[in-house]
Parts: sequence; structure tokens; C-alpha cells
Amino acid sequence: MLEIIVHGVGVVFILAGLFFFAAGTLGLIRFPDVLTRMHATTKCDTLGAGLILVGLMFFPGTVYLRLKLAVIIVFLWIANPTAAHYMARAVYRTEKGDGDATGS
Amino acid sequence: MVLAALLVSCLVLVLLTFAALYRAIAGPTPADRVVAINVIGTKTMVVLVLIGYIFHEAPFYIDVAMVYALISFLLTIGVARYLERGTIV
Repeated sequence: MLEIIVHGVGVVFILAGLFFFAAGTLGLIRFPDVLTRMHATTKCDTLGAGLILVGLMFFPGTVYLRLKLAVIIVFLWIANPTAAHYMARAVYRTEKGDGDATGS
Repeated sequence: MVLAALLVSCLVLVLLTFAALYRAIAGPTPADRVVAINVIGTKTMVVLVLIGYIFHEAPFYIDVAMVYALISFLLTIGVARYLERGTIV
């Protein structure tokens, strides 16, 4: 009984993560500009991957497996916003016209 | 129930990967393509972790997913540097 409840909580987390992935992909396809596309995909992908990995922690496995999942989550939450920030800065500076001319 | 949930989420993620592949092929600027490839990399990482859970005998898929996340991050950083400065190093 308790096992069914724990697995159900994991499935709910995974469904929430899939919803965020779907929303991010919809934004990637539908939005008109590269910066808006980046805005949609970065937030939704980071949260969706984190939710799916947290949901997998509720499923049977060893402690080391869950620690590895936690390491992946921490790395994603540092690396994904950093990559998006760098990419957005590159797009902003190389745009014609109103780019940042005083960049360091 | 657990196996069915894992298989269905794998299937949904693969379908979403093909949807993101449309933007990678048809994106008007190189930055669009790089953003789409970054999305595909994140989804592939999650699919690898799910495969590691589906095959209980193969927990090394989790390690493969870790390395894949690192390489995907490096790809985005490298292409962003190239777009910004014209060279990578």
C-alpha cells in the first residue's frame, strides 16, 4: 500500500515534468524570435528535467543511484541558465543596430 | 505501473525531440538551431536516465547521462563564443 502511494507520487512528478517539456517545445516552435524562444525553452527544460529526475528518485533503486540523480539535477540547474545567458549575450551583441557597443 | 509510466514518458520525450528537430532544421538563424540542439540534448539526457531505470541491470546509463549533460553544455558554450567573437579560443 505504501509502495503504491510512493510510486504514485513519482508518477505525478514525471507527468508534471512532461507537461513542462511539452510547453517548452511548443514555445520553441511557435514563438517568433530567437530570444523569446530561448526564454521559453530554458525555463521549461530546466524545470521539466528537474521534475522528472526528482520523480525517478521515488522509484526503486539504491542510494547511490539517487545521489547520482541529485548530482545531475544540481549540474543542470547551474549549467542550463549559464549556457542560455551566454547564448543570449552573443545574440544581443551580434545583432545589427541596437547591439551593446560598450561590451567588455 | 512503474514500467508503463517509464515507457510512456520515454515515448513522449522522443516525440517532443522530433518536434524540436523541426526548429533545428528550419531555424532562420544559427542561434535558433543552437537553442533547439540544446533542448534536444536535455531531452536525450532525460531519456538516457529513463532507459537506465527501465533496464534494472544497467545502472551505468546514469553515468552516460551525466557525461552527456556535460558535453551538451560545452557545445552550447563553444558555439556561443564562436558567434560572439568569431573564434572559439
